[in-house]
Amino acid sequence: MAHASSYQPTSSFGQWLDARLPVGRVMHDQFMTFPTPRNLNYWWTFGGILTFMLAVQIATGVVLAMHYVPTPEGAFDSVETIMRDVNWGWLLRYSHAVGGSMFFLAAYIHTFRGLYYGSYKAPREVLWILGVLILLLMIATAFMGYSLVWGQMSFWAVTVITNLFSSLDAVIPGLGTKLVQWIWGGFAVGAPTLNRLFSLHYLFPFLIAGVVVLHIWALHVPGNNNPTGIDVKGPRDTVPFHPYYTIKDGFALLMFVLLFAVLLFYAPNLLGHSDNYIPANPLQTPPHIVPEWYFLPFYAVLRAIPNKLMGVIALISSIAILFFVPWLDTSKVRSTRYRPIYKWFFWVFVVTAIVLGYLGSQPPEGWYLIFGRIFTAYYFLFFLVVMPVVGLLEKPAKLPGSITESVLGPDEPLPLSVPKARQREQVL
Amino acid sequence: MTLRRSALAGLAIAALLVAIGATATLHAADEAPATPPAHNHDEPVIESQSWSFNGPFGTFDRAQLQRGYRVYHDVCSTCHSMRLLSYRNLGETGGPEFPKDAVEALAAQAEMTDGPNDKGEMFKRPGRPSDRFRQPFPNPETARVANNGALPPDLSVMAKAREGGPDYIHALLTGYRDPPAGFKPAPGMHYNKAFPGHQIAMPPLLSDGVVTYTDGTKPTVDNYARDVAAYLMWTAEPKLEERHKLGLRVMVFLIAFAVIMYLAKRAVWARMHGHAAPTA
Repeated sequence: MAHASSYQPTSSFGQWLDARLPVGRVMHDQFMTFPTPRNLNYWWTFGGILTFMLAVQIATGVVLAMHYVPTPEGAFDSVETIMRDVNWGWLLRYSHAVGGSMFFLAAYIHTFRGLYYGSYKAPREVLWILGVLILLLMIATAFMGYSLVWGQMSFWAVTVITNLFSSLDAVIPGLGTKLVQWIWGGFAVGAPTLNRLFSLHYLFPFLIAGVVVLHIWALHVPGNNNPTGIDVKGPRDTVPFHPYYTIKDGFALLMFVLLFAVLLFYAPNLLGHSDNYIPANPLQTPPHIVPEWYFLPFYAVLRAIPNKLMGVIALISSIAILFFVPWLDTSKVRSTRYRPIYKWFFWVFVVTAIVLGYLGSQPPEGWYLIFGRIFTAYYFLFFLVVMPVVGLLEKPAKLPGSITESVLGPDEPLPLSVPKARQREQVL
Repeated sequence: MTLRRSALAGLAIAALLVAIGATATLHAADEAPATPPAHNHDEPVIESQSWSFNGPFGTFDRAQLQRGYRVYHDVCSTCHSMRLLSYRNLGETGGPEFPKDAVEALAAQAEMTDGPNDKGEMFKRPGRPSDRFRQPFPNPETARVANNGALPPDLSVMAKAREGGPDYIHALLTGYRDPPAGFKPAPGMHYNKAFPGHQIAMPPLLSDGVVTYTDGTKPTVDNYARDVAAYLMWTAEPKLEERHKLGLRVMVFLIAFAVIMYLAKRAVWARMHGHAAPTA
């Protein structure tokens, strides 16, 4: 949000640097005095939590990579060496593994928050698109990271997922097969595959970090959305980011880390699959190949479609459709709080995502498959039909006059003059 | 305000629920069913056992791990390797904690192949604490030939590689029965009620008294199974005690920090009065 800079470097070095590279000014303006809606609830703390989780994953991952051996013979054992013989190796490895789950948990909450409060609507479309891009990069990174353990689930997940590309054979015969062999670096998942997965798994987090910078930049142009979804109308509607939101985000982060620590120290393998403690064996397929929990809804979508190519298209569409949400939703009102009809469809969608997650963990047969198809249908109908149609038909509830009014009610008379010391020059 | 409160409450409850859930999962093993569930020959039956390492404060029972090692050494190690472990691990903190000289003696019992020496020949020597556990077979092919075509899996992380972990291992080792009427295991296979499909290549090698216990524990199949399962949990998760210990400290720190942060947050947000723009 454009606002006048109040940065005044005191030291002569600070003034010298400010005239050449104003990093101090940017930090001060964007993370200290940045005008932030005063009514952000705890669902808004997940952006900070996600930044923290990215840092945790990069920090632990860099150290793990110092001890990891990306070869089919060495991978599984090097992970066990980290667990047994590297100082604090067990802590690093479990932090990284559980951290991946926590990262996705926060990312999904963050995404659903954006969906609920209409944070994707003008003027935040680019912000939203960058967020979806981050989600895509996260999915790729997590998939590649999981493969590095080189247990049975790792190996067969790589085999199943890379084989999806072979469905392109249905379009141009031979294209899919060639593509899959190019990805593998051979005629089966093997040493070249593992080596490139490791290389890319190290690269992608830094791409994510780059897009996160753009994401925050795109956030700081229009400023935060807020639970009412109405625009900031004056300085009374905002508080400086520091200390109000640093402290609030800090508290929420601690609660989140507490949950992280419970899993990390007391149930580090709860979210993992026991088969991944069996070293990869290309000659033995596990009875049920299932991905990590955070991919299960997409896996259910993939398996709900009887045709392989169509299944892959559905899988990709289930994420790619998020890119178009800013234009699929036709409602003028941002926040679902004021959308009496859409609200119901939204919560059914949340339930759908969770149920698809459960169905993804079950074998695709009988009722599981039937329900998988029903919920997959709703998943897409929500975006393609509910969002455009409900937005046009629905009569939204009355919006509050301002953010401040939504917090304090309209009763209190407006103060005649804001004390001079409290005045803030804000261009809105 | 109310929404913020309820969101906070929601977050707190979520954290609490997961904490309870995780603890309950770990504690579930303590609540062994009073009556064994009805036996169904199609579904393997894995009964939960009470383990000293369960729960957030769980630790290994040293004597049990030492007995478990004895069972592994005397029985299992004839066919099953444990390639991720070294003899030195037997003396390390948080494990069976054999005394130093006992570790050296246990290592020396194993005849290791080393070399080549300066004549280019392999030679035999007694094991050292730094050696990995001696492997029963030089390669998987030899193992298969000796075991009717079946490959005895490595046991290093077995307790984490099977659904049910130590409960499963205990159930498997005590699960040998005569096949029910109409069930004919394939030649060389054995009926086991805990094994998926109920046909296992491993013969029942445990029987009361096959391993000598010197600490007064009854030398029964059930005790052997229990002790070796606990031992395998340690080999799979050798830092479990360290993890629980550090976890407790981290929990105390985080909870204290969270309380302070919450109070600080309240104090800062109390500066917001009325409709006026707040100050930093």
